Amino acid sequence: MNPSSVTAPAHQADAHAHHEPQGFFSKYLFSCDHKVIALQYTLTGMFMAVVGVYMSYVFRMHLANPTAHIPFYGVLSPAAYNSLVTNHGTIMIFWVAMPVLLAGLGNYCIPLMIGCDDMVFPRVNRLSFQIFFLSTVLLLLGFIAPGGAFGGAWTSYPPLSAKADYNMTPWGNKIWLLAVALEIVAFLLGGINFITTAMNSRAKGMKMFDMPVLVWMIVIATIIFMMSVGPLVAGAVMLLLDQTVGTHFFGAQGGDPVLWQHLFWFFGHPEVYVLLLPELGVVCEIICVFSRKPLFGYKTMVYTTFMVGILSMVVWAHHQFVAGIDPRMASIFSLTTIIISIPVAVIMFGMIATMFKGSIDFKVPMLWAVGIIVEFLLGGVTGIYLGSSALDVYFHDTYFVVAHFHYTLIPLVAFGGFAIFTYYFPKVTGKMLDERLGQIHFWGTAIAFNFVFIPLFFSGLAGEHRRIYDYSGFAELATPGMLKMRVIATHALLVMMAFQLPFIWNVLKSLFAGAPAGANPWKANTLEWAADSPPPHGNWPELPEVHRGPYEYSVPGREDDYWPQNAAN
Amino acid sequence: MSAFQIPVATTRSVTGIPTGRLAIWWVLASEIVIFGGLVTCYILFRLRHPEWAAEAAHTKLAAGAFNTFVLLTSSLSVVLAHLAATKKDTVNAKRYLTYTILGGLVFLCVKAYEYTSEISHGFTITRSVFWSFYYTATALHALHVVGGMTIMAIILPDVAKGKFLPRVEYIGIYWHFVDLVWLFLFPLFYIASAA
Repeated sequence: MNPSSVTAPAHQADAHAHHEPQGFFSKYLFSCDHKVIALQYTLTGMFMAVVGVYMSYVFRMHLANPTAHIPFYGVLSPAAYNSLVTNHGTIMIFWVAMPVLLAGLGNYCIPLMIGCDDMVFPRVNRLSFQIFFLSTVLLLLGFIAPGGAFGGAWTSYPPLSAKADYNMTPWGNKIWLLAVALEIVAFLLGGINFITTAMNSRAKGMKMFDMPVLVWMIVIATIIFMMSVGPLVAGAVMLLLDQTVGTHFFGAQGGDPVLWQHLFWFFGHPEVYVLLLPELGVVCEIICVFSRKPLFGYKTMVYTTFMVGILSMVVWAHHQFVAGIDPRMASIFSLTTIIISIPVAVIMFGMIATMFKGSIDFKVPMLWAVGIIVEFLLGGVTGIYLGSSALDVYFHDTYFVVAHFHYTLIPLVAFGGFAIFTYYFPKVTGKMLDERLGQIHFWGTAIAFNFVFIPLFFSGLAGEHRRIYDYSGFAELATPGMLKMRVIATHALLVMMAFQLPFIWNVLKSLFAGAPAGANPWKANTLEWAADSPPPHGNWPELPEVHRGPYEYSVPGREDDYWPQNAAN
Repeated sequence: MSAFQIPVATTRSVTGIPTGRLAIWWVLASEIVIFGGLVTCYILFRLRHPEWAAEAAHTKLAAGAFNTFVLLTSSLSVVLAHLAATKKDTVNAKRYLTYTILGGLVFLCVKAYEYTSEISHGFTITRSVFWSFYYTATALHALHVVGGMTIMAIILPDVAKGKFLPRVEYIGIYWHFVDLVWLFLFPLFYIASAA
């Protein structure tokens, strides 16, 4: 089949004849425009972030002061504690990190950065969001189902998750599983769109290595997601049959509960890198723009990222060192886990080398980007402790683990989300954010964040087990010293939440009274800044042509210190 | 709602591969890991449970072999439909697509007969983990057969009018995949009964 016959309908579509959809519903709710879908994903994700933070507020308040009446909630029951802990984790990974970092960012940036007018399959894209929205509603419905929402932890280990007799949530466990499965379907549909668009729809003149590193990272993250999620889909079908029909895939009668752990973590660990890579891509873009320097080792970054993707597939069993796996296997997985820190470290050094001797301008997006590097480093380094199977036997399921992955995920999801938000706000709305409020927000959040989780490292080292409703039954964990750590963490969380108020005020103020941004407020090279702010339906009056790579900053002999990819000379 | 317009993005082909074909291969990549995960789980269990060979002896080898033949033949007819579509021969493209749908239908009928007979002899999904895997894997595969048939039925009127002919190729690629999955399931569940 020759390509020209396939593209036959193409000739009917005229690049200049984009009709802006009229009316609120067709423009904002049922639009196929990648930018609107990106905003739908992002805003749904931000709403779910509020829900997830509220849950953490409730159980942290409970841990700091058990039996107390919690403002805006009441008294927390043990079953509700389990539901909240479970759904806090589920929501933050699947309904905040994935939609904001992957779906929202990817949908907004891929077509704009590679210079085309939309995703290759806009209607599939819309379907992807609709399924995602359905999954969101389904998950929240779990809270009003008989028996309450699922409380068997976000990893949903059987046999606890397989039998309603054990988990006491006959509806909640099935609803949780179906919601996660639907959410995965939504991202598979979106992911096929991402990869195909980046491969096939780049602007005229844009070669593979002319793509901004952010596009590379999103595409590689999507491929990792697609290659790792399949076994979990199969596992979800099997678990659903265990729950509903009464099969014993993961039961004691002929089945194997550890099999679920393998299926879950075969996806669950690569998922960490699915969330990490788009974030690192954003940090690369921001650091280049605000250091006025080309990215250090562009191609090395891309190859290293591929290496991360491959290695991420062979580390999963480090979550199961105490699950009774073969000790010889534990050594292998310790080794791969420690090896994967090498390519990630290469990427981090590349970022630092990009800043080296640059003319750094600490605007708010740059603050968040540097914040990510500093805080993520702490999360990554504590990961090396946990990757070593000898140490993990002691640390497993303690607050050390909780503090470790919050030190990786909060820099990625919260700091990264704010970096994306502050960097792209001028593009999306056409208005500038207030710098001073942004700085207050950054410093307040970053400092409070450390006070939440550094105490948890220490309580974890002291042996504090996670997922415990009431510590009074454990003499060595109910000491005043241990309680003090919990209280510090909870107070710091309240401070961190309070420091989101300047952010909300900043967004509202800037939306209505912000200074106009213009097309390219940061003087950046990549193609999205060549479009109007906000870009219209179809993105450009005429689709751009690309003449050079994305990081031509401070080129000697040029008057401007930037050189947009689409500028003829 | 305003009429949907195909964006320029859909019509570009930087790799030289048509966008639809590229996308269908990525769909298959994600499907391979789904079935791959399920089949790997089954194989790992099977190696640990030699007694499953006795259970597998109760699956209907002759019916499975016949179904293998039917699916392979339907793959041939979908290739013939593709060949006709490349020649813009809409009459034959439509005819061979219809044959493919019929092939899927025969497959499902035989599968339904197998299920009925097995269940009536007490080999239900909860009898043992072998039968749980058998029903899960074959039913997931049968759902893919139904999905393929549905899509063919949807594109059939357009193909008859000579519209969107490349879709015949894309559904053909997908149908081959469904066929290929069966070529794994058939030996694993039907043939490997003596061990």
